[in-house]
Amino acid sequence: AVLKKRLVKLVVNFLFYFRTDEAEPIGALLLERCRITKEEENVFSISFIEEPERKYCFECATEEQCQEWVEALKRASYEFLRRSLIFYRNEIQKMTGKDPLEQYGISEEARFQLGAHRQ
Amino acid sequence: MKLNERSVAHYATCDSPADHAGFLRKRVERHHHHAHHHGTSYQRRWFVLKGNLLFYFEERESREPVGLVVLEGCTVELCEAAEEFAFAIRFDDAGARAYVLVADGQAAMEAWVKALSRASFDYMRLVVRELEKQLEEACKSLAACRKSPRKSSSSGRKRHLSNPALLPLQEKPTTLENGYSTWGSGGCVAAGATCSDYDGGQTKPPPLPPRRRSGTGSATGSPAPGLSPAMLESPVSPETICFSKLHNWYGQEIAVLRREWQERQKRGHP
Repeated sequence: AVLKKRLVKLVVNFLFYFRTDEAEPIGALLLERCRITKEEENVFSISFIEEPERKYCFECATEEQCQEWVEALKRASYEFLRRSLIFYRNEIQKMTGKDPLEQYGISEEARFQLGAHRQ
Repeated sequence: MKLNERSVAHYATCDSPADHAGFLRKRVERHHHHAHHHGTSYQRRWFVLKGNLLFYFEERESREPVGLVVLEGCTVELCEAAEEFAFAIRFDDAGARAYVLVADGQAAMEAWVKALSRASFDYMRLVVRELEKQLEEACKSLAACRKSPRKSSSSGRKRHLSNPALLPLQEKPTTLENGYSTWGSGGCVAAGATCSDYDGGQTKPPPLPPRRRSGTGSATGSPAPGLSPAMLESPVSPETICFSKLHNWYGQEIAVLRREWQERQKRGHP
């Protein structure tokens, strides 16, 4: 496999990639239901639940950068953010006895509920 | 522009619960040079909102979406259209097309506008950061309370906080892969430990990585008086260009399909 040099940008839960001299992306990866794997030195890969054998590989300039990318991408999905919110909400409720979302009037919103079937 | 469409379609149709779903009529956006077209038309589509993504399908049972709207850098507002119960998704990026949608009734329209207004990743991130701060403060208060047990409790803490036996030691959250693992039920450690131990290392969700700055002001500034959607306009940023490309990506497929259909119609109906 040939490695092509790309500018890669993480924007919310999308990973955009560009040819290095172009302003518009040539492609994007939606980062939901994916697995970020540290591969060999300087390299990480992204794969998706329904196609685990298909790996998008990225080689970084340094191992340090590689670790930064892995950490950033592992936390990039909307679903991760949602789980964080539910976790914090739960913890604060346990500690203070109050639902922290009540003051914002959003405690009944479907998107903030703890659902056992959420992934 | 390439997209991992299989994964996108899978996310759209997998059985993780949608944040909102229902039929809406979508205004068909036509280009100026289609001079033969008069008036506006609408197409009834099945819409599914998951996270910050609004998918739409031709039919409720369709296995793949025909469109995708990324709800970043946009506002959702009621619409002065000829249609009743119309609302629009408009983007800060001037080049991006707007989506005009029509609900079945007042309640449906209000529910959609509410759901869509709170759908952005940026909004979610704001709320998470706020809760992160609150949890830190609660931990600090708890630690302070334990150090000086004679202090009267403040911040509305209930009695159970002073009884550490009621805060059982629980599983620490397992390291998360996106979509793969689930949270263990993390919690404060029992008596004898301070909250600062709990906060260390892998035991709480790691702080979010620095991202592009929020247009709504410093995330580390004074606590938001209220996270009402009206105050959380998605910030304008160059990245919105990326998203308008994503919207066009699906839009182009539809444009091609429509032209092909129209050609067939012309041949069949002279």
